[in-house]
Amino acid sequence: MVPGAKEWERYLADFAQLASNGTTPAPPWTRELRRSALDRFTALGFPTTKHEEWKYTNVAPIARSRFERAESTRNGLTAERLALFTFGEQGGTRLVFVDGRYAPALSALPDLSDGMTAGSLAGVLTADPTALEPHLARYAACQDHAFVALNTACMEDGAFVSVPAGTAVPKPIHLLFVTTAPEKSTVSHPRNLILMGGGSRAMIVESYVGLGPASYFTNAVTEIVIGENAVLTHDKLVEETDVAFHIATTQAQLARSAVFTSRAITLSGALVRNDTNAVLAGEGGDCTLDGLYLLHGRQHADNHTRIDHEKPHCSSRELYKGILAGRSKGVFNGKIYVHQDAQKTDAKQTNKNLLLSENAVINTKPQLEILADDVKCAHGSTIGRLDEDAIFYLRSRGLGLEAARGLLTYAFASEVVSRITIAPLQGRLDRLLLARLQSLDGWSGASGVPA
Amino acid sequence: MLVIEDLHASVNGAEILRGLDLEVHAGEVHAVMGPNGSGKSTLANVLAGRESYEVTRGRVLFEGRDLLPMSPEARACEGIFLAFQYPVEIPGVSTAYFLKAGLNAIRKHRGLEELDAIDFLAMAKEKLKIVEMEESLMTRALNEGFSGGEKKRNEIFQMVVLDPRLAILDETDSGLDIDALKIVADGVNALRGPDRAMIVITHYQRLLNYIVPDHVHVLVNGRIVRSGGKELALELEERGYDWVKADAGAPA
Repeated sequence: MVPGAKEWERYLADFAQLASNGTTPAPPWTRELRRSALDRFTALGFPTTKHEEWKYTNVAPIARSRFERAESTRNGLTAERLALFTFGEQGGTRLVFVDGRYAPALSALPDLSDGMTAGSLAGVLTADPTALEPHLARYAACQDHAFVALNTACMEDGAFVSVPAGTAVPKPIHLLFVTTAPEKSTVSHPRNLILMGGGSRAMIVESYVGLGPASYFTNAVTEIVIGENAVLTHDKLVEETDVAFHIATTQAQLARSAVFTSRAITLSGALVRNDTNAVLAGEGGDCTLDGLYLLHGRQHADNHTRIDHEKPHCSSRELYKGILAGRSKGVFNGKIYVHQDAQKTDAKQTNKNLLLSENAVINTKPQLEILADDVKCAHGSTIGRLDEDAIFYLRSRGLGLEAARGLLTYAFASEVVSRITIAPLQGRLDRLLLARLQSLDGWSGASGVPA
Repeated sequence: MLVIEDLHASVNGAEILRGLDLEVHAGEVHAVMGPNGSGKSTLANVLAGRESYEVTRGRVLFEGRDLLPMSPEARACEGIFLAFQYPVEIPGVSTAYFLKAGLNAIRKHRGLEELDAIDFLAMAKEKLKIVEMEESLMTRALNEGFSGGEKKRNEIFQMVVLDPRLAILDETDSGLDIDALKIVADGVNALRGPDRAMIVITHYQRLLNYIVPDHVHVLVNGRIVRSGGKELALELEERGYDWVKADAGAPA
């Protein structure tokens, strides 16, 4: 490394061979993709809090850390160990990635007979890259987003799911990203591409977990392309460790009359940033972006959403709820952009926050930009504490103070969780919430995070 | 069962109860009546343990034990139940979940085995009939979107399930049509018995046609100024509160 080089240049060292195509046989278009992304990242650098989109989220700890590309080892990981992070789905497809790389031995691909493709993106890049070329990195823009650029330059592997036109996948598809982080601080750049053919239907769960004691950084990008009349439910779960950094962009493109439901659920992680963006690019599209963040200790979670209404007669609904305990910090920034052509847009955005401690902080900001004149747009945000009248009501029926507070907090969160359509996943989250929130003090007293 | 002596209580620094005395024995139904602002709801909330009500003087004994240091949940476990004047809406919590949690806390305190979901639902279904409510009540979010009458019937349903020793009804009749009033009264009457006592707080005499009290007390300006039998309620209905207020000003 050149003395005096910028901190982030260290990041690129491990991945430089990918970018320069040293060892991986890759088609020229991907080389060009990486090279231009690298140029873009080099030009942007890591954002600072002077950047409007990063005003409340300081990524300096990421910039100054030395994260290495993980060694190719599974650290004795077994399917049994992962059972904790699955949700009892029977017979569904599961793609497991360990430290950023596909782990076929831990994955399950039972029902691919109906023409669906599900597997490693790296594998497809080697075997059949032409299928990816029209889509990969065509939606998640590197232009203004340093982490997307970094991911695009350094991406190694991730999930590729393609559901053919007219196919309904009955069982949830689980994409599970595990970081082992046994000693060294590691980084991975998971890259996912999900293609939904016209009239297809699927449910995808994308979850991120960590095992080891060491700090790590997950920098993920998921691109989703939903064809005409196709229906996709995408539940994202962040369950990283208390010393982990997680930055991710989910970028969805909706064709005419497509239906997209996204949930971004943050349960743990030192610093978490979810960018969830949807472009309603055809008439009659319908998009729901829901989210839940459950923070304690010194955790920091930032949810940025952007919905682009490009065409007429589309509707969007957004409900993000946050529970903040300890000294945690939350950010919600929801942008709705109604383009000039998008008449009859119906958009509604809600952000509700529950502060459980005096020291928790939430920054919430709705942003509506409306260029069409015949639209219905509404937004609202609330920040509150537990209702004393409700606590007294529950206690007067025999519930202890902690149980009453926990139940009310659970009730607040359940508005989002109850909308999850995958019953075993909903059940798992429900139990997890009840367990955590029934001993609120114990839970909110714990702390994470290296400052 | 309940002995209140020289009770003084304040809300936000303003003294509302100013030396209230009341004695309630097992098996009795007491009506506490009074004009607006006389301290009726304050009495109910102080007995249930609401923390925003500060007791500045006096004492309350329940079954011979000092009630005032007890938390609201401890009082519930000891057998005190308050039917709220304004029941709270709690979205996201089903009546079944909440009531089972409350009942089991109380049962545990009484040394009884906790009920599992199946036994609880079987018992609750029987009790629902008393207040003529649908079984769907159990899975609906607690009081959310309920009409005024439904909320009050839900209070009585909870009372019947929790089986208290002392039930305090805080203006349970307000906002009820005559049919709902009868249902509520039937629920209350079903619970009357030699081991149980009730304090029925009301502004109007109407409810007392259906829940006939053993004793009637008139609360004015934070004190009980007159006590009598059920005929006192009728007298109040006829003559209004002005004459007792006037009386209260004069030394007895």
